[in-house]
Amino acid sequence: MRALLAFVAGLVFGLGLLLSGMADPAKVLGFLDLAGAWDPSLAFVMAGAIAVGVLAFTFARRRTTTWLGDAMRLPTASDIDRRLVVGSLLFGVGWGLAGFCPGPALVALGLGESKAVVFVAAMLAGMALFEGVERVRGRLRERARGAA
Amino acid sequence: MRDSTALVTIAWQAFTPWASLAGGFVIGLAAALLVLFNGRIAGISGILGGLLRPSAGEVAWRAAFVAGLVAAPLAWALLAALPRIHVQADGTTLAIAGLLVGYGTRLGSGCTSGHGVCGLSRLSPRSLVATLAFMAAGFAVVFVVRHALGA
Repeated sequence: MRALLAFVAGLVFGLGLLLSGMADPAKVLGFLDLAGAWDPSLAFVMAGAIAVGVLAFTFARRRTTTWLGDAMRLPTASDIDRRLVVGSLLFGVGWGLAGFCPGPALVALGLGESKAVVFVAAMLAGMALFEGVERVRGRLRERARGAA
Repeated sequence: MRDSTALVTIAWQAFTPWASLAGGFVIGLAAALLVLFNGRIAGISGILGGLLRPSAGEVAWRAAFVAGLVAAPLAWALLAALPRIHVQADGTTLAIAGLLVGYGTRLGSGCTSGHGVCGLSRLSPRSLVATLAFMAAGFAVVFVVRHALGA
């Protein structure tokens, strides 16, 4: 049931991306190109999504359990640190180079776009690299604690 | 037509305010479904990244959400003609961009959906900073590639 509902949420998300035009990297780059002929569409997507999102999250925050009775798992981190900023900057560079962010890339994969295969494979490699680096960092931290 | 006195030239032919606003509503609805039924943030990089660090009870819903995203064009095709997309970047650029997006979104704990849509909807200052950072980097890179380098 939980997986089925997650599938529906993913499906609806993807349909929203298709309807909004954001599955097309050229349209995303049209938004990021302020100095060229600027396409403000992406701002309208954000406005629409946030208008609905504010209502949903305001409602969700008042609840401790989901409609299925599980615990609500909302983010608790609030620190603005270097990882947040550096990570977001790196992401923005990649986004600006290709016009793809994770959601539209997965939808483009479903569209049968061969170039999306390259992007998604590289994105997964980047995520796996992050996991590897985190594991090494964790081990080094443990060793440092052991030595102290 | 470029008005030299205007700060920004709008691409009126490409601009799709209503479809984009409506698509945004649908994306917001998807985020609402996921938080109200599954108690989770619809952050695509986090959902995908969590699959690379599998733990009990965390695989099925994540895989199902990703499958839904990939299946969306199939569902769309049942009702209407699929939109055309245009990927201008070459293979090398796509590979570098993909690595940066994968690593960066995991290091920064989110992407356009998790920080941009959900985080801003939750009025999270952390997500606002992340969104400003990736937007600024995106604007800067496109400016350099299209105008400074003149590609």
